[in-house]
Amino acid sequence: MVSAATSLLNARDLQTGYRSGAKRIIVANALPELQLQAGQLICLLGPNGSGKSTLLRTLGGLQPPLGGVIHIEGMDRWTPATLARKISLVLTDRVSGNNLTVDSLVALGRYPWSGWLGGLNATDRASIEWAMKATGIGSLRDRKIHTLSDGQSQKVMLARALAQDTPILMLDEPTAHLDLPSRILLMRLLHRLARETRKAILLSTHELDLALQVADEVWLLQSGGQLRSGAPEDLVLNGSFESAFAGEEVAFDKGSGNFLIYTPQDKPIRVTGEGLTLFWTRRALRRAGFEPVATASLHIHAEERDGRPVWLMEQQRETREFDSIQKLLQAIS
Amino acid sequence: MTATPFSKVRLTGLLLLLLLAFLLDLSTGTVHISLKEILRVFFSPATADPIGQFIIKGIRLPKACTAVLAGCGLSVGGLQMQTLFRNPLADPSILGVTAGASLGVAAVMLAGGSMATLYAIKELGVSGSWLIIAAACVGAGSTMLLVLLLSRRLRDNVMMLIVGIMIGSITLALISIWQYFSNPEQVKDYLLWNFGSLGGVTGGQLLILAVVVVIGLIVASLSAKMLDALLLGENYARSMGLSARKARAVIICSTSLLAGSITAFCGPIGFIGIAVPHIARFLFNTASHRILIPACCLIGTILLLLCDTFAQLPGTQTVLPINIITSLIGAPLVVILLLRQTTVHSW
Repeated sequence: MVSAATSLLNARDLQTGYRSGAKRIIVANALPELQLQAGQLICLLGPNGSGKSTLLRTLGGLQPPLGGVIHIEGMDRWTPATLARKISLVLTDRVSGNNLTVDSLVALGRYPWSGWLGGLNATDRASIEWAMKATGIGSLRDRKIHTLSDGQSQKVMLARALAQDTPILMLDEPTAHLDLPSRILLMRLLHRLARETRKAILLSTHELDLALQVADEVWLLQSGGQLRSGAPEDLVLNGSFESAFAGEEVAFDKGSGNFLIYTPQDKPIRVTGEGLTLFWTRRALRRAGFEPVATASLHIHAEERDGRPVWLMEQQRETREFDSIQKLLQAIS
Repeated sequence: MTATPFSKVRLTGLLLLLLLAFLLDLSTGTVHISLKEILRVFFSPATADPIGQFIIKGIRLPKACTAVLAGCGLSVGGLQMQTLFRNPLADPSILGVTAGASLGVAAVMLAGGSMATLYAIKELGVSGSWLIIAAACVGAGSTMLLVLLLSRRLRDNVMMLIVGIMIGSITLALISIWQYFSNPEQVKDYLLWNFGSLGGVTGGQLLILAVVVVIGLIVASLSAKMLDALLLGENYARSMGLSARKARAVIICSTSLLAGSITAFCGPIGFIGIAVPHIARFLFNTASHRILIPACCLIGTILLLLCDTFAQLPGTQTVLPINIITSLIGAPLVVILLLRQTTVHSW
């Protein structure tokens, strides 16, 4: 860890939660020291209700912390206007701004920099153009916001945040509502932006596998409000992921870095073969409720014949042959 | 968000239309006065007919000026409320300020009932009475202060909206109590005031109304940037450096000044505040308040001048109350616009 002096954001003894009248509803009170460094992409992971959004909103200045100190580039006090030049946000709030075009929405990102009446100068225009180019939304420029798809509008909101030209960018579940390719593209874009613009990017997400691939650091928030941080691989190896999601009736598989949808079952089966065919055969059998083991009375062998996969099922010295996994599964279940 | 050539052309077009509507309003009335005569009144008073001159300068010009002020103020107030509350149904009366003005008037007309009050109304007429105006101003002003005080304690604008509507309901309930216990004559006077009227605001009253409306419009123009940011919702607005409470206070102040003063001088004029912002968005196809605010001023003025012209039923001596005409003309206009596009869908 780099010392606090060079970090863009540093939060110590942070307590997050809500004030409701005189009452305090604490969401997380055992947070370690948190830091954001320039050029770093940090993914905030955790089960639903663990307080990801609350933490993000607290760090982003949308709600005051219940305790602790946040330093942003050395400052521990700021007005909304100065904070807006340090941190830009992409939120889950639905934006449908009546009659608003993409161009005008991205231009709103210049709000903290533009004059009294919101007039834009050459620097502002350049920032807006750059943000639209970086997110690839130039062709949408004149479209109305409410005509955009979820993926497009997420990019537009990101462009608005980029136009705000802040050293820190925070995104609350930017991949929600997106299809898989859009999620991957968005994560790749954020990864690249962190590298190229030296911004510190913090995002909360449920995309565990994507986070493991792109994050420089993972903050893993647990239901009790504890947070473990580190390189994603370290957290996998030291069992943090398993314990963070323990009790959720899903299992984290260290071998693949994925959650297993199916709980391990009892029906033993021996599977042999090679390559991709073997991998997908195992997955199919797991789904059907079998557990691949070293020795079992039921034996499946997957092999390639004339460039096509073939499956042989051996049971009590009887062998049957199948040309698709579907037929194989129908036969054994 | 700059004014495109497209918007400039439209604004100029509307300005010409405004001039025509203004002249039309001057020429129609119980006595028809030709355009030539109107021009003569303004440019060579010596040759003009003295009766025509009196009608134009003493009655119709102040009335048309009041229409301009009320048209600007109510439309811009409506626009501010629709953006602040992100609600296409909001209008300037939503904060309860209009109801507050009515309460002031009701207090004087109904509860007062003293000889002095009745004398003042009989002598000066219902709409032109300083007493009524002062009462309405006190009512609107105190409601505005109450709303502002509450707004400092409230976290978000949805709560503000609910509180505004509740204040309006309480105020109207108080008025109903007064009506219930008043005699029919007094209630009729109050109802007449409630129909709204652009006439009767002259001289010093017109000057005061003009000053307050202009201040309200200046504050509204200064809030254009905040209103733009609020289009994205309060959270985004705050993340861009907008202080939510400050913005709310500025916008409420401006709308209260506009709606309160206009209601005090003209009575409650409905529909302009809710309809004109939609027409402006439709015509200018933009969300930028730097364009929408002047656009609302122009469209609101034109609409109110036309309403005032039509209030004088063609070929008769009857003048309908302005409030009836604004709804009769405004409502079909909004429905026609909605059928042609989807502005409200996109809220």
